[in-house]
Amino acid sequence: MVNYILRRLAQSIPQLILISLMLFILMQAFGDPIASLGVRTPPKPADRVRLRRQLGLDQPVYVQYFVWLAGNDWMMIDMDGDGVGETPGKRRGVLRGDLGNSLTNKRPVIELITERLPNTLLLMGVVEVVIIIISLSLGAYSAVRQYSLFDTVVTGLSFVGFSMPIFLIALLSMYLFSVSFKEWGLPYLPTVGMFDPQVGKTPGQIALHMVLPVLSLSIISIAGYSRYVRSSMLEVLGLDYIRTARAKGLREIFVIRRHALKNAILPFVTLIGLDIPFLLAGAIVTESIFAWPGTGRLFVEHIALSDYPVLMGILMMTGIAVIIFQLLTDIAYSYLDPRIRIG
Amino acid sequence: MTTTALPRSSITDDIAKTATLSPWQLAWRRFRKHKMALISLGGLIVIFLYVFFGGALFARGLCDPTGVFVTGEAYANCNDTSIKLQPPSQAHFFGTDTIGRDILARTIYGGQISLSIGILAAIVEVLVGVLVGAIAGYYGGWLDDVLMRVTEAMLIIPSLFLLIVLAKVLNGKIPEMEILGRTLSGSVIVIIFVIGFTSWMYLARIVRANVLSLKELDFISASRALGVSDSRIIFRHLLPNTIAPIIVSATLGVSSSISSEAYVSFLGLGVQTPTASWGNMLDGSVKYIQSAPWLWFFPGLLILLTVLCINFVGDGLRDALDPRSTKHL
Repeated sequence: MVNYILRRLAQSIPQLILISLMLFILMQAFGDPIASLGVRTPPKPADRVRLRRQLGLDQPVYVQYFVWLAGNDWMMIDMDGDGVGETPGKRRGVLRGDLGNSLTNKRPVIELITERLPNTLLLMGVVEVVIIIISLSLGAYSAVRQYSLFDTVVTGLSFVGFSMPIFLIALLSMYLFSVSFKEWGLPYLPTVGMFDPQVGKTPGQIALHMVLPVLSLSIISIAGYSRYVRSSMLEVLGLDYIRTARAKGLREIFVIRRHALKNAILPFVTLIGLDIPFLLAGAIVTESIFAWPGTGRLFVEHIALSDYPVLMGILMMTGIAVIIFQLLTDIAYSYLDPRIRIG
Repeated sequence: MTTTALPRSSITDDIAKTATLSPWQLAWRRFRKHKMALISLGGLIVIFLYVFFGGALFARGLCDPTGVFVTGEAYANCNDTSIKLQPPSQAHFFGTDTIGRDILARTIYGGQISLSIGILAAIVEVLVGVLVGAIAGYYGGWLDDVLMRVTEAMLIIPSLFLLIVLAKVLNGKIPEMEILGRTLSGSVIVIIFVIGFTSWMYLARIVRANVLSLKELDFISASRALGVSDSRIIFRHLLPNTIAPIIVSATLGVSSSISSEAYVSFLGLGVQTPTASWGNMLDGSVKYIQSAPWLWFFPGLLILLTVLCINFVGDGLRDALDPRSTKHL
């Protein structure tokens, strides 16, 4: 098992390096990050040249990538423009955990990300729990009551939900639960931010502000997964051991929960693990709409600024998260299904 | 007990009928059984009629600041700030947007852009995916290694991130151009390629897996022994045998491309105005969620209906083309 994990991690390193190289080269074509500093762009051309040199933007792409990857603290860099390196470099490079500094506000990228990451993780965690609970119960119940009214309605709704773009769910739910509820004099939900500044960052406030983002992020996945659970549950319910269990006189609730559901959710584990990237992508849109201060919104803000160290940082964190979740999925799967052995 | 008037078995009936049917006719018969797919096909035809012929009916009127009577796309792009943000009315069925353009006309011309992007991006996706998958699967060796490592590397990053990065890189790099009598923002072409190039990976893996198993079969060895060229084996023998997943992916690719366009345009990185698309009509509408819900409701509804119909048709096609496939949805 340990061998398997190590081998998988080793395999993912070249993948990460390859994708980071591709993204890094692409980002050089973003245009001049100095020009997109706005009011803080130095007006004098000479200053702009100096700033470019200080940020290392005057170097060829491969040098910049190498510095990004491996740092430059072992060499002297040229800060005054005479062609001779005199200032020791300070960057340690991504390989040693230094994601560089933001081009726009000079703060370390790692700091910018760790500031926002807990908010995204909180949102994702709640979304994941909501998705699992609701899609399992919806899927299992529609399978048990196949072709009933409930099943038909859930089937229809899940097709609609699956085709809904996230922003449409977000806009509709905002309109209904916030705007309309307010008009009708009902208690309404807040739409933007993480907490009401007048009340402060209390757990209650955060929970209240999370309702709509969680709703928008989870509906699509619930729609997809509940279908999946339904079909695998139907498959399991047709098997012999279920009939045996019923013949033994076990109560139906036992047959469903202990015997059928346990086997039916096996493929579901894989599905959840592999769909994490889609959730992360969905977070870009959701966080932008609801002004949720997470990494997705950080990405959108810094795209406009062409601030590539921040963007690379977020993308690499995302990539690593995806790889880790793939690995965890495989491990969880082999643990849940003893027939599958990995290694 | 008499056994005279037994009805003829419907199974033997079916066999008798299907014996002379081509595989495509068989597929059509199975497709017809999928009620929702049929209804959705009808829905799609209505949407296409609305988008491609609705302009003649609904896009005409006075362009007020100039006082000229205009038709077609000029009407959709005609802005008159004196009538901005008007709710749906007799004059403007879907209301007007933030600078006083008619939303109904814009959903028509924006729909042309969104549907074209959906179809063309899906074509790019299929071309890249099939080519990469077929080459990697057929030739194997280092070529397979290189192509599959790139595919896997691209799968590590969620495609919306890749889409945004690529769209940002190419934004404004392609000038406006005239195609079929319409002046299109260069961003339309950019978005087509960007969506195509960030969505081919799953299809490439499916095609590669199919080609890998097919190329071991006797008929391929036979063709090779006969001296048939590689490209002929790939395009005439291998790919036709893996056509079912390709068609299904292409169909679902159209709907996912339409949503992808909407996502990037919603974030302001997609199709640039004045060219309308369903996605960029939504850009900024979140600010008007309360005061002008018609801004986002109509384009949003059209996106939903189109994507829903295409997904149902894709589902029907999956059932029709590959009856053994397990249904995930």
